[in-house]
Amino acid sequence: MTLLRTRGLRAFYGDFQALFDIDVTVDEGETVAIIGANGAGKTTFLRAVVGVLHGRPEMVEFDGKPIGNLTAHEIVRMGIAMVPEGRRLFPSLTVEENLCIGAYCDRPGPWSLERVYELFPVLKERAQMPATSLSGGQQQMAAVGRALMSNPRLLLCDELSLGLAPVVIRDIYARLATIAHEGTTLVIVEQDINRALDASARFYCFQEGRVALTAATNGFDRHAITAAYFGT
Amino acid sequence: MTPLPVQVERSTRASRISAVVFGVVLVALATLPFWGGPGDMRLVAEMSYFLALAQLWNLLAGYAGLVSVGQQAFVGLGAYTFFYLTGSWDMHPYWALAIAGPAVALISVPVALVVFRLRGAYFAVGTWVVSEAIMLGVTQVKALGAGSGMSLTPAIVRQIAPDRATREMIIYWITLALVVLVFVGVYALLRSRHGLALTAIRDSEPASASLGVDTFRTKLVTYVVAALFTGFVGAVIFLSKIRLSPEAGFSINDWTVVVIFMVVIGGIGTLEGPIIGMLVYFALRELLYQWGTWYLILLGLVAVIVMLRFQDGIWGGIAKRFDLHLFSVRRHLMR
Amino acid sequence: MNWPSILVQGTLLGGLYALFAVGLSLSFGIMRLVNIAHGDFIVLSAFAGLVAVNALGMEAITSLVIVVPVMFALGYALQRGVLNFTLGGNLLPPLLVTFGISVIIQNGLLQGFGADIQRLHWDAIETESHTLPGGVTFGVFPLIVFLVAVASIFALQLLFYRTGLGRAFRAASDDPDTAELMGIDKRHLFALAMAIAMVFTALAGILFAIRTTFEPASGPIRLIFAFEAVIIGGLGSLWGTLFGGILLGIAQQFGQALSPTWQILAGHIAFLLVLVLKPSGLFPRQRDE
Repeated sequence: MTLLRTRGLRAFYGDFQALFDIDVTVDEGETVAIIGANGAGKTTFLRAVVGVLHGRPEMVEFDGKPIGNLTAHEIVRMGIAMVPEGRRLFPSLTVEENLCIGAYCDRPGPWSLERVYELFPVLKERAQMPATSLSGGQQQMAAVGRALMSNPRLLLCDELSLGLAPVVIRDIYARLATIAHEGTTLVIVEQDINRALDASARFYCFQEGRVALTAATNGFDRHAITAAYFGT
Repeated sequence: MTPLPVQVERSTRASRISAVVFGVVLVALATLPFWGGPGDMRLVAEMSYFLALAQLWNLLAGYAGLVSVGQQAFVGLGAYTFFYLTGSWDMHPYWALAIAGPAVALISVPVALVVFRLRGAYFAVGTWVVSEAIMLGVTQVKALGAGSGMSLTPAIVRQIAPDRATREMIIYWITLALVVLVFVGVYALLRSRHGLALTAIRDSEPASASLGVDTFRTKLVTYVVAALFTGFVGAVIFLSKIRLSPEAGFSINDWTVVVIFMVVIGGIGTLEGPIIGMLVYFALRELLYQWGTWYLILLGLVAVIVMLRFQDGIWGGIAKRFDLHLFSVRRHLMR
Repeated sequence: MNWPSILVQGTLLGGLYALFAVGLSLSFGIMRLVNIAHGDFIVLSAFAGLVAVNALGMEAITSLVIVVPVMFALGYALQRGVLNFTLGGNLLPPLLVTFGISVIIQNGLLQGFGADIQRLHWDAIETESHTLPGGVTFGVFPLIVFLVAVASIFALQLLFYRTGLGRAFRAASDDPDTAELMGIDKRHLFALAMAIAMVFTALAGILFAIRTTFEPASGPIRLIFAFEAVIIGGLGSLWGTLFGGILLGIAQQFGQALSPTWQILAGHIAFLLVLVLKPSGLFPRQRDE
């Protein structure tokens, strides 16, 4: 069942067009990766889906409903959550408060503070500390946990591995697998191609604001991906 | 390396035409005493010194990013310096006038060192507090007339010219000369490297600092220069009013609210804007002044609407639409 | 120089100034908006109280029942309808818009009520005073105002640090865009913040109008007192604002003891001294960035 569909999605920053006619489909329960070089439009795509960028209503469809022109806070209430690029935890809040604010819209579901602490025990240890006192990897876990607290049907992850050590990245992606296993649909945006492809069933490769390539990850030729990534 | 087939030019056709037009207007105004009445002279003088204040406020807020709500302090200080020097030191008015500006500029340095510790909107209120403090301070000083203020005696005023008509003419020309000086001074400043630094700071202070622009010194120089000329204007304003009191000299409503209105409506951050704003203000005043407080409410409303919808002001909108610049402070690439 | 008296009177006066400052502090803390019309809204509340007293025959202190909700609604509408559109980086629009609003309010009040000096009364308590063992006299009403200020700050601290709404305010203050990703409607939240700020502004307005006289032009100096209390106390801390207000009050009382015309100037000088010697204020909030 299709959970997310974009049709001819366009996005602009002022006069600059960042996305050209993007058609992407994500089925419920799937993990889909979006890869591409810097500036390819991956983050712009996520921002358009979650409502930070607005377009025409029919450009983005969630669970059959057009959401292209809604604002972010309305879309989050419908069940899409984003782990933003760079974590963006709230400096004035403690770790626990950051998690709790994720539950602001009070959506019912399996995720609660206890379950997030089960998934990321290190967060429980540091619950009352300022969020900014965590290490990079721990902050990333907190950001993911915060997004989970809204019990999203669709979780968008923007560059989870940015600035993190390989060991930490492996740890986080292991938890992602658990999250996916629970039934959450995931869209993972990554520059780390291998990590993204290992975690996903299908992928899209963006290049200069367009979809250059899309296929199932299983057994796909990595050379073809490199060509699409760089546009050669 | 082959040179680019372009030239860097400072003026455009529009700016050359407008230079001629303004030259003509200036000659007309300079000869006003001979073809106009005393009422006309007074009106043009008033328009002139408001234009001067508006250009200076625009330099601070629109170019240097220093939104000061305390410039009235320098108006008052300029006036008080002039009155004190002519009254208590028996100085000739021309000398007193010449000293008023630099005296105020000197005072503005410690003021700047204090208020520059604040940023943004807090800087604005801080300048206001300093102005209030200065006014209250002046009110305590007996030598400055304390609460009742000072007056220019007929003896002082006659040093400019023995008869009233000549005096009015001379004061009129001094006012006109001052506004031209301010205009030319601001224009020259903006066209210089200092002006380029200001524009860079206005666009992004951290970025310009990282490129080696001494942001503190640039802003300080701008602030002191503005205070210098504001001091001159203050002295000239009250020279023609003859009477000075703390409330009048340091009045935020007279010297700041109106000035801000002019710059905002006309177009902040442009040289043409204050001219337009000043003309609009005086036009509105002529049309509406009999409505009393309703007129002020309307002014406030217009300012609010302009800031919400037309942030570039009247001139800003025109300049953007038609890419028109009468006073070129930028450099253009021409083929 | 009756120091005990200066300290006591100054502290109680400081409570009033802290109450002035609360609304300003809130709107700056949450929306980064310095409301130049803040003092004028205090005076507007006083005039609203005057209307309630004259038209409805209410006691000044009970007029709060009407004035507070009215100012709450006004604050919400103002933020949602006008001020929200000025937010977003550039310093000039919020400054100049609130400046324009200040002009509108002052002249609107002048048009509606004339320039007469007004006063609200609380006949029972107004003139009551007590004398402490040391011989220091203080008024009962100033003490009440001080206690209201303390209670207000206490309540706000509870709101900010113990409730979900407070958490949302802090998050939106840190990062409004990411707060949106949590499902927070920042337009509504900011409007709510301004509405709450107006509640304390209304409180300050009625109480100050009972304590001293007021007229349409009384706004700007109240803004300045509020501003001085915030800066002396240090940005970001409500308790700091209370101490800032107290220090301002004491400085003013000290000035007044020297000479009655020195009162306000002494406050300005104290403010400028703090600005020169400790620009971040005396009790600024430490933040891990």
